Amino acid sequence: MSSFWSNYIIILTVLNIVGCLWLIKWASKKRKGEASEGEVTGHVWDGNLEELNNPMPRWWLWLFYITIIFSAFYLWLYPGLGNVEGAFKWTQVGQYEDEVAQADKQYGPLFAKYAATPITELAKDKKAKAIGQRLFLTYCSTCHGSDAKGAPGFPNLADKDWLYGGSPESIKESILNGRSGVMPAMGAALGGDKGIDEVVSYVQSLSGRKTDAAETKAGKAKFEMMCAACHQKSGEGNTTLGAANLTDTIWLYGGSAGAIKKVITEGRNGQMPAHKNFLGEDKSHLLAAYVYSLSQ
Amino acid sequence: MSHEKIETNAGLLAFFVILVISIGGLVEIVPLFFMKETTEPVKDLKPYTALQLEGRDVYIREGCYTCHSQMIRPFRAETERYGHYSVAGEFVYDHPFQWGSKRTGPDLARVGGRYSDDWHRVHLINPRDVVPESNMPGFPWLEENKIDPSMTPKKIRAMKLLGVPYTQKEIDEAGDAVKGKTEMDALIAYLQVLGTSIKTRR
Repeated sequence: MSSFWSNYIIILTVLNIVGCLWLIKWASKKRKGEASEGEVTGHVWDGNLEELNNPMPRWWLWLFYITIIFSAFYLWLYPGLGNVEGAFKWTQVGQYEDEVAQADKQYGPLFAKYAATPITELAKDKKAKAIGQRLFLTYCSTCHGSDAKGAPGFPNLADKDWLYGGSPESIKESILNGRSGVMPAMGAALGGDKGIDEVVSYVQSLSGRKTDAAETKAGKAKFEMMCAACHQKSGEGNTTLGAANLTDTIWLYGGSAGAIKKVITEGRNGQMPAHKNFLGEDKSHLLAAYVYSLSQ
Repeated sequence: MSHEKIETNAGLLAFFVILVISIGGLVEIVPLFFMKETTEPVKDLKPYTALQLEGRDVYIREGCYTCHSQMIRPFRAETERYGHYSVAGEFVYDHPFQWGSKRTGPDLARVGGRYSDDWHRVHLINPRDVVPESNMPGFPWLEENKIDPSMTPKKIRAMKLLGVPYTQKEIDEAGDAVKGKTEMDALIAYLQVLGTSIKTRR
């Protein structure tokens, strides 16, 4: 704050406090021709309502003085007068930083210990898992659900099916740097409705469902040409790309013909946001351990 | 001067009343108009794009601010959950700011980038699809309502009048930028930029 505005605040504040004192003195001053204390002032309303010149209640007057004294102490201890720091040197940010420093001192060693422990070991540590679960409920449950079983479009983390691999390292990598799944829209490339339907039939047949034989056969050829690059010829997917395994019965966006058709036609852009800046290494490590433990 | 003079003269009484009640504002509010911390944007703060600005208007229209604040206070409990506490310089392009005053839902000051666009879409249509315990209402009509591109340049011009540094080019291109977009697209674009000018966690 510039010294002009600092002085402006100091002058107005001090004037205001002095003004309060002056006001009470001025208002309680005895005036010429005024009725003496306890006497009738001469004001009459409604014929018989008279005003007495009684002193202001003592408790009220004292409260008034106490607030003035309080303000003096407050402005001495806390920053209130422009750039004057106050005896306590209190600041809002300072208080926050103290709070954080204290927490770091208290929890820092605990997090450091966990950070140095391999995830596979942490996944067996009851206390670490309990902390991990708390973190999960705060930061992850919004998408993946409080039971970690996900929702349509948001992967189930409690099963053994992994888009990007279920090793401790890949889980931690997913948390720290996020994932960006790209399933391109294939509608046009597959030759419109008919082509898509054929591929849908083939994809459904991969997980053992009954489909039209001719359609499936035509779909197989198209699949091997257009889809196998990511999902592999077998349809088992590829964890380095996050390409889903199509041979199991786990469907991120639904396994009905309609749902599969929608994915093929419009594509999908599954995003797992990166949490490195927000959560930091240590928390991500604990979170990875908790998530890893869910499928063990 | 006596009581009587002031109390029987409405104009004089009004003058003194205004004098007394203006002191708080003169001391606590007026200096803020002239302080760098409150009038200068934080580094990396950009004015809302046309689509984001339309999204902000949807945010206001649907009354999101009645249940969501956009103000992270400097308490550890808040910064652990939401990220760096809010600073005044983040809001200099907000007219009006959306600080809100009540949290029925979580604070949204740094919701940008926390969830995927897909998540927002699903969640705004029916929050219970992803958060079963949520009591937030669904906003499915946002997916159907289209933004009116004829209004967008006017809105940006109004923002410019209020001191947001938009260029003429941005005003000229604003209509095209939102053409064919739904209110859902706009709201998500707005939510995804909230609080992203400060990247550090604390």
